[in-house]
Amino acid sequence: MRKSRHNLKSPEQELRIFRVRALLALLLVLLLTGLLVGRLVYLQVAQHEVYTTRSENNRVRVEPLSPTRGLIYDRNGVLLAENRPTYNLTLVRERVEDLEATLDRLVAILELPEEEAEAFRVRSRQRKRPFQPALLMSDLDEGQIARLAVNRHLLPGVEVEAQLLRYYPDAEIMAHALGYVGRINAEELERLDAGRYAGTHFIGKTGVERFYEAALHGEAGLRKVETNARGRVLRELERTDPVPGKDLILTLDKSLQQLAFDLLDGRRGAIVAIEPATGGILAMVSTPGYDTNQFVTGIDVASYRGLQEDNDLPLYNRAIRGHYPPGSTIKPFMAMAGLTEGVITPGKTIHDPGYYQLPNDDRRYRNWLRWGHGRVDLERSLAVSNNTYYYTLAHDLGIDRIHSNMTDFGFGTQVAHDVFGESRALMPSREWKRERYNQPWYPGETLSVGIGQGYWQITPLQLATATAVLANRGDWVKPRLAQRLGDEPVPLSLPDTPEDIDPGNEGWWDSVFAGMEKVISGHEGTARRTGVGLEYRMGGKSGTAQVFSLGQDEKYNADELAERLRDHALFMAFAPLEAPQIAVAVIVENAGGGSSHAAHLARAMTDAWLLEDEKPDA
Amino acid sequence: MGLSGLSRSWRPRPIKATASGMSRRRGFWQRVHLDPWLLGMLLVLMAAGLVVMYSASGQRIDTVISQGIRFGVALGVMISIAQLAPATLMRWALPAYLLGVAMLIAVELVGDMGMGAQRWLAIPGVIRFQPSELMKLAMPMMVAAFLSRRELPPGIRNLTVCAAIIGVPVVLIAKQPDLGTSLLVSVSAILVVLLAGLSWRIIGLLVVLAASALPLLWMNMHDYQRKRVLTFLDPNSDPLGAGWNIIQSTTAIGSGGVLGKGWLEGTQSQLEFLPERHTDFIVAVLGEEFGLVGMLAFLLLYLLIVCRGLWLAAQAQETFGRLLAGSIILTFFIYVFVNVGMVSGILPVVGVPLPLVSFGGTSSVTLMAGFGILMAIHAHRRLLPR
Repeated sequence: MRKSRHNLKSPEQELRIFRVRALLALLLVLLLTGLLVGRLVYLQVAQHEVYTTRSENNRVRVEPLSPTRGLIYDRNGVLLAENRPTYNLTLVRERVEDLEATLDRLVAILELPEEEAEAFRVRSRQRKRPFQPALLMSDLDEGQIARLAVNRHLLPGVEVEAQLLRYYPDAEIMAHALGYVGRINAEELERLDAGRYAGTHFIGKTGVERFYEAALHGEAGLRKVETNARGRVLRELERTDPVPGKDLILTLDKSLQQLAFDLLDGRRGAIVAIEPATGGILAMVSTPGYDTNQFVTGIDVASYRGLQEDNDLPLYNRAIRGHYPPGSTIKPFMAMAGLTEGVITPGKTIHDPGYYQLPNDDRRYRNWLRWGHGRVDLERSLAVSNNTYYYTLAHDLGIDRIHSNMTDFGFGTQVAHDVFGESRALMPSREWKRERYNQPWYPGETLSVGIGQGYWQITPLQLATATAVLANRGDWVKPRLAQRLGDEPVPLSLPDTPEDIDPGNEGWWDSVFAGMEKVISGHEGTARRTGVGLEYRMGGKSGTAQVFSLGQDEKYNADELAERLRDHALFMAFAPLEAPQIAVAVIVENAGGGSSHAAHLARAMTDAWLLEDEKPDA
Repeated sequence: MGLSGLSRSWRPRPIKATASGMSRRRGFWQRVHLDPWLLGMLLVLMAAGLVVMYSASGQRIDTVISQGIRFGVALGVMISIAQLAPATLMRWALPAYLLGVAMLIAVELVGDMGMGAQRWLAIPGVIRFQPSELMKLAMPMMVAAFLSRRELPPGIRNLTVCAAIIGVPVVLIAKQPDLGTSLLVSVSAILVVLLAGLSWRIIGLLVVLAASALPLLWMNMHDYQRKRVLTFLDPNSDPLGAGWNIIQSTTAIGSGGVLGKGWLEGTQSQLEFLPERHTDFIVAVLGEEFGLVGMLAFLLLYLLIVCRGLWLAAQAQETFGRLLAGSIILTFFIYVFVNVGMVSGILPVVGVPLPLVSFGGTSSVTLMAGFGILMAIHAHRRLLPR
């Protein structure tokens, strides 16, 4: 049977079939090769440009180079803010396969508490440009770096990155003046120039760090690098070096600042000292202070809550945001207003029975001395801080002229050039009251304003500024914290500087100065005890601000309550009288009378600044 | 039995006319049983492949040397096989086929896992071997041996037997799972059947059947296989995952332009954007660095090899040799087409190397063994009187 089948085989036919099929196959081969050639021509000729661009984009990556933040010095070259090399933990989300697992592993490796783990999650989810590292944790210690290094293979996308981190050597005393830098948050990311900040993790949050952010930050550089597919940099193609931020030289004197901080001795209060001729802020302290360094590395939740819930409000910058009734400290300014407006003359006297009454009104507005000071002229009104004299003056001036004259001294306005977050506080006026309460202005309210009570509120910075303008005999120099930005001095005259005050008679300054000198050096001056042994001539004015009520959400126990209801002690002063070099404003909350609880602080400041052997840095 | 009886009639008769000098010159290649044209083109291809390999391996000379050694081994295998008489090959067809099937079953039972698929059979410390490679040759041999003894064109009964011969190993390979190889193995056998003169009616019927079986195939695919197909349809659907390879390789080829970026200058290749750049995707390196010109040169060389191979097949005197030779050379072309097509983005990604250019020992040896068979068939022609 097999044989018969073989007989049927026909070699010629099989060969013919094969050759036909082979020819067909060859045609198919040519056809398919043509297809490949067509595809190649399409890719390499028609679409060449497209793919060239894509290939170029593939290999070249632009990396930001973050600039070194400018340093901050005090006026004597003492370093106030430096950059310390540290190691940060960063994460590139695009390179992490399982984010949750990676974070859990990190928390375990770094042995962090539960709360920190949550913070990690938040930070890792922060919106970033693709392939930009997110900062998880700053300032790793050596142990943590070592443990991360050992576990590196388990943590793709996680990097330990060397970075310069801000450090404040005198954080607590400088806290409110310098401010601090912190991590860029989502909201800031939104408004920042993405290019400039691409490589930067930190930004000035408050203080001069915030105000001079642009200059301190510097210009970001960039480098074009060739990378492989895993993003590893193979070589640098092009580089634009970053321009480091400018160093900032402040007008602050670190020793004076330290003294002011020590003088306040942990009490709630503020001291601001200004050099009148230059407007340079010599000291600006708000106490209690706090350690700004914890904000740089990222403050932990518990510590932050502690600071926030502290009844002494350490985070609150009293020097520029604290609103205090000025009390009698504004009497010199009121006197200048009266002289300027021609309502009083230096020699004009009033009789003080111990109270003042408005015409057609039974109500008695009392002097602090119940039986009165009797005959009172301008100088004596300042020396003894007579209220009746100023009730009369205020009534005669009227609120409109008071408002206008006091605004000229800077009350109710933002006075400083470069103080971030400064409050205007409140210089009341008819318009303000109508707007605020929809009520007319009552004459009695003018009297309260006349002695620095009522609606009038000032900040310590405003009081120091007004004192400096007074010491300058009306010449305005805007207070500033920065003396120089790199090599560029901050000019003496700045835009938006208020107009100089011209009372029409230069002698009137001397009259007010004389009264202010008597406050300290006069036999009946309210701060005469402070003036004992004074080696230079000094003018000042005490103030005692009544505390009317407590904030609604403040909770105190009984002892604290009694303390919190005590008057605020205020004092303003400048010295030396003939050529003022320093103007000071002191406020100590709930300390009592200003002449006995604030004046000696002001004297200590002027002594330190003016006397060679008292020089704080000597 | 029958096999030996059959082969006896194919044994070449002694060659008598060897007197003149002319025939002595020709006689050298005849004596070594090699085809000089085919050998020459293969050597050119290998040499050019090594040049590309140096660039594709990231300029590692040891990779090139290692590939050169593999080529040497492969050439040795080719020359050895070329010495065999077609009749011997035909005798070996059944044992080789059965051995292949046995090893595929062994892989199924004890095989090593590699790259997510069970493809390797290893004698620990001695050798790791992919039985499917053996099948690439054993399969067409078996089908050719079977059909050459039957009436041609084949009838339904013989076709059914063929289907069984093809089906068993293909299913086994597909189960590993290695869809690409199983398709190529079955194609090499189907080519034999087609060259044997399968009637057009049946071809049409099979095409319809295959088309209707596609949904069934889809349902039986592994996830990664489906993903490959889907990614092929739209590479940008998963640009960093499965589509990455295709996007990067087309970018490499397209950016090469007409003249290419120059040897060792391809950024896509040298910067490791190309995956598997010295194995399956080596064409992308070629296209990027040597441009359209280089690609056309390679395609032309492949085309010439295929033409020469078909010519040799057509010259074969016995049906077994003809069918086998035709199948081997067309399968060779299909490798080229599938590989270039996949890297340039007109075919889905299947693991097919570029013949004699991609890095890999087993595939080179298999291919050169195929060319050895081709030369054996050609060189052992009986000199028929004109």
